[in-house]
Amino acid sequence: MSEQMQISFILNGERKQVLVPMRLHIIDFLREKYELSSPRVGCEHGVCGACTIRVDGELARGCLMLAVQADGKTIETLEHLTQTGEIKDLQEKFVERNALQCGYCTSGMLITAADLLKQGKPASREAIRDHLSGNYCRCTGYEAIVDSIEAVMKKRVESGKRAAR
Amino acid sequence: MKAAPFLYVKPKSIDEAVALKERHGASARYLAGGQSLMPVLNFRLDRPDLLIDINGLSELRGVSNSGSGVKIGALTRHAEVAKSEIVKSQLALLSECIPHIAHPAIRSGGTFGGSVALADPAAEWPACCLALDARIVLRSSKGERRVEAKDYFLGLYDTARTENELLIRVEFPAVAAGTKAVALELARRRGDFAIAGVLAQAKKTGVRLENVRVVFFGISDRPVRLSAVEQGIAEGQPMETIHQAIDAGINPDDDIYQSGATKTHLAKVLLGRAVEQLRQ
Ligand SMILES: Cc1cc2nc3c(=O)[nH]c(=O)nc-3n(C[C@H](O)[C@H](O)[C@H](O)COP(=O)(O)OP(=O)(O)OC[C@H]3O[C@@H](n4cnc5c(N)ncnc54)[C@H](O)[C@@H]3O)c2cc1C
Ligand code: FES
Ligand code: FES
Repeated sequence: MSEQMQISFILNGERKQVLVPMRLHIIDFLREKYELSSPRVGCEHGVCGACTIRVDGELARGCLMLAVQADGKTIETLEHLTQTGEIKDLQEKFVERNALQCGYCTSGMLITAADLLKQGKPASREAIRDHLSGNYCRCTGYEAIVDSIEAVMKKRVESGKRAAR
Repeated sequence: MKAAPFLYVKPKSIDEAVALKERHGASARYLAGGQSLMPVLNFRLDRPDLLIDINGLSELRGVSNSGSGVKIGALTRHAEVAKSEIVKSQLALLSECIPHIAHPAIRSGGTFGGSVALADPAAEWPACCLALDARIVLRSSKGERRVEAKDYFLGLYDTARTENELLIRVEFPAVAAGTKAVALELARRRGDFAIAGVLAQAKKTGVRLENVRVVFFGISDRPVRLSAVEQGIAEGQPMETIHQAIDAGINPDDDIYQSGATKTHLAKVLLGRAVEQLRQ
């Protein structure tokens, strides 16, 4: 057995074939190999959520996933969500409402919030907080983050209703 | 920190996975959701030479009916247990636990079997196994064997599963229709491991509670079922008497945040709330 493995996966919409070291977690791999700066390394033991990415459409902890495990999977980072415009409204609201200070937690917060918004249903502030329970922010005190998500959710649900009329 | 170097293999069959583990023994680890193993590797609290990734074994994934009961494959993710209609309608106790189990990004990866294999004393699935008389199905090159939950959890991260055995599924006997289930816990933030937790289940007949099951977790080195407490609730004994049964039955150690006495107190508070909910 060798210490590297050939993998094939889709990263932010593009097919990649690449040789990866077995011991590497996917965040170090994405940052070093593809110079993606949105996925971050915080605690490296699953607690802080700074490393949150999408794997086959589901939220995942990047620090607890090996790069080799991306084989055959579709990986999305915040760069992709930005590019597709999926959360343009949320990103604008984060800026407007000052929902970030140092910004370290922000990619994880946005991806996690996008997961809730994707469900297309209104959620209480408590449900928003529950959904974000795995993401630490050491700066903002969360109020502004929850405010932003709540505001975008209301707006989307409203315009969804209008579209249906 | 970064994990120490290791090699990685992803076997295509259960036989291949078990054969690899038996060949490499204690220097290899099965890798399921990685939501407990990877933190330990990143902290370098463990340095295996080989990870055997079992995520390719799709036959270990999913919830299904078996006879009158329910089978949960070892690789079924927490999020899949949450969505399962079979679980919702037949194992309400498991559904009640979901909001307490970690966070969305961890529930999508963490597996049912991984939790039962690890046997964290504060984890919900092991406590459910004990409360519902589950059987844990283990596989080695010699074949399959079944262990009753009451004989499976032996101590802190210690179970009847031997080093190389692969946990392949958990089997739950049928729960009587109309049984009410409650899962309550206290944690520092939603989804973190419980400081103290209680699972309670019963059937309400008139004012009486029958078939009472109570399991405490997070308060000992393993989940704890107390039959004196169950009997007390079924007989409608006063809470003080039931509290004496709790004092006699558990003796939690202090941890870095709470004293053992605090945990015992919290267990009593949670049980009080659980019984109230069962009686509603
Ligand atoms: C921040 C955070 C919060 C969490 N909170 C909770 C919580 O509140 N409640 C809770 O219950 N859990 C919690 N967890 C743990 C999570 O539920 C894990 O998913 C679970 O404990 C282990 O499952 P896994 O599939 O991830 O196993 P892994 O991490 O892959 O493996 C864990 C151990 O079990 C062994 N193993 C795994 N599968 C098998 C198998 N089929 N046969 C034999 N051995 C096997 C592995 O070799 C390893 O030693 C939390 C985790 C994190 C990171
Ligand atoms: S870096 Fe992954 S959860 Fe903190
Ligand atoms: S903005 Fe600094 S951690 Fe959240």
